[in-house]
Amino acid sequence: MNELLDRLFTIAGTGELLGLPFVQNALIACAVLGLVAGALAPLIVARGMAFAVHGTAELAFTGGAAALLVGVGVGIGAIAGAVTAGLVFGLLGLRQRERDSVIGVVLAFGLGLGVLALALYSGRASNKFGLLTGSIVSVDATNLVVLTAVAVLVIAVLTVWYRPLLFASTDPDGALARGVPVRFLSLVFAVLIGLTTALAVPIVGAILVLSVMIAPGASAARVTANPLLATVLAIAFAELALIGGTVLSLAPGLPVSGYVATIAFACYVGCRLVARLRGHHTAAS
Amino acid sequence: MSRLPVATPALSMRGARMSFGTRTLWDGLDLDVAPGELVAVLGPNGSGKTTLVRVLLGLLPLSAGEVRIAGRLPQRGSPTIGYVPQQKALEVDLPLRGRDLVGLGLDGHRLGIGLSSRRARRERVDAALAAVGGTQYANAPVGRLSGGEQQRLRVAQALVGDPDVLLCDEPLLSLDLAHQRTVTRLIDERRRAAGTAVLFVTHEINPVLSLVDRVLYLVDGRFRIGPPGEVMTSSVLSELYRTEIDVLRVRGRLVVIGATEHCRGTDAESG
Repeated sequence: MNELLDRLFTIAGTGELLGLPFVQNALIACAVLGLVAGALAPLIVARGMAFAVHGTAELAFTGGAAALLVGVGVGIGAIAGAVTAGLVFGLLGLRQRERDSVIGVVLAFGLGLGVLALALYSGRASNKFGLLTGSIVSVDATNLVVLTAVAVLVIAVLTVWYRPLLFASTDPDGALARGVPVRFLSLVFAVLIGLTTALAVPIVGAILVLSVMIAPGASAARVTANPLLATVLAIAFAELALIGGTVLSLAPGLPVSGYVATIAFACYVGCRLVARLRGHHTAAS
Repeated sequence: MSRLPVATPALSMRGARMSFGTRTLWDGLDLDVAPGELVAVLGPNGSGKTTLVRVLLGLLPLSAGEVRIAGRLPQRGSPTIGYVPQQKALEVDLPLRGRDLVGLGLDGHRLGIGLSSRRARRERVDAALAAVGGTQYANAPVGRLSGGEQQRLRVAQALVGDPDVLLCDEPLLSLDLAHQRTVTRLIDERRRAAGTAVLFVTHEINPVLSLVDRVLYLVDGRFRIGPPGEVMTSSVLSELYRTEIDVLRVRGRLVVIGATEHCRGTDAESG
């Protein structure tokens, strides 16, 4: 047991590892991803789209697996899969119940195709596993450029449409009456989710995308209802989970996703505790 | 109508027709609503009440005729219109405070994050919150407020932009009696103080009966406009519904007998 704990929580050699270029690339990638995922997370929570994000991530996995098989970049495949999924979810099911079943159906189909593509792929096994559980080794300089470009695009769109998106996400009836293009924005938002998910999949893995795209927003929503403050907190939680998780995973040489998911979960539990301790002070009188 | 001294009507419809395919919701609708006037829109499900609201919000074009709001054509997102939807519970974990919900009514349709002129915005939002008695939960998460409190905030959201016309679409639905009274009182105060014309869509006239200047009653493509005393009668409603309807007055309340069976939930009403 102690051996296991020692293996999991060691920082021996973390210092030297931090000096390696691929580690630095990974940390930059995590910082960029944390910014984008954290900025989107409160809106994802407000729209009740956790399951849609999960479905989008599985489709990013499918796209990545298909890309591996045909020999194009995994990142491109993941983006294609995730954005297609986002658009399908955005177009088909605008009502929550309908959306849930559509996502379930598409997700299962996508996963099946992805598994098939991986089985047919004859390359390195770590490439296969990386898509599901994430791998910081997969981040190279080219990825960083793509990652940053997509992140700039997502942040720019989010900044320009922030108020209408917040309005449409929290009060769709009121937003429609004030002339906000609610349907169009739900497609825009689906594309933003698709792009961000596609960036997150190679780093944290398809299975664990929710830990950076939902958990920070859900945590923030527990302790504040101020939308801007919630966004800032969600970004902070996402950065803490991603960068902290990466650093902790270095010395043990284990997948980054377990550490990221654990920190994200700890943030969530912490926020729930804070909310409980504050009791009804913040709630309505 | 001549009893209200007005220059331009706040809302004016001429020969308005709305039809979907072969089905006509209403035709030849002429209606002028004066500033400060409160018109209740009544009728069974599927009679086109919500469609009328959507036309005025600029979300649907008329099939024929014309409509003007404060002298202008309806426009999506026009600041001349405030809108109070029916109460729907907001999610408990929504990252939104009372003041944010109100503020979105002011600039939620604008681009950008909205970091400039926050002071002026704050003053207007505070004033709107105070007008509906919502100051004490201005900073509370909206999802944790009661239905009545949320509906007060929606009234504030509709009024914060200082509209000429207030459209209320079943704003009392699923509210208890006390909150129904509060919401109707807030709307009444506003139209008297600021001369805001009010179109009040409801399936139940009694909560607003004492405030209603005129009624627009829609049934199956037929309609009647006039003061409640003229429209809400056995003979007029029997004619509209084309069946025997009895309207009784019981302690200041109207009881309509025979109409409910005809309020079948047709699916023609959009939204």
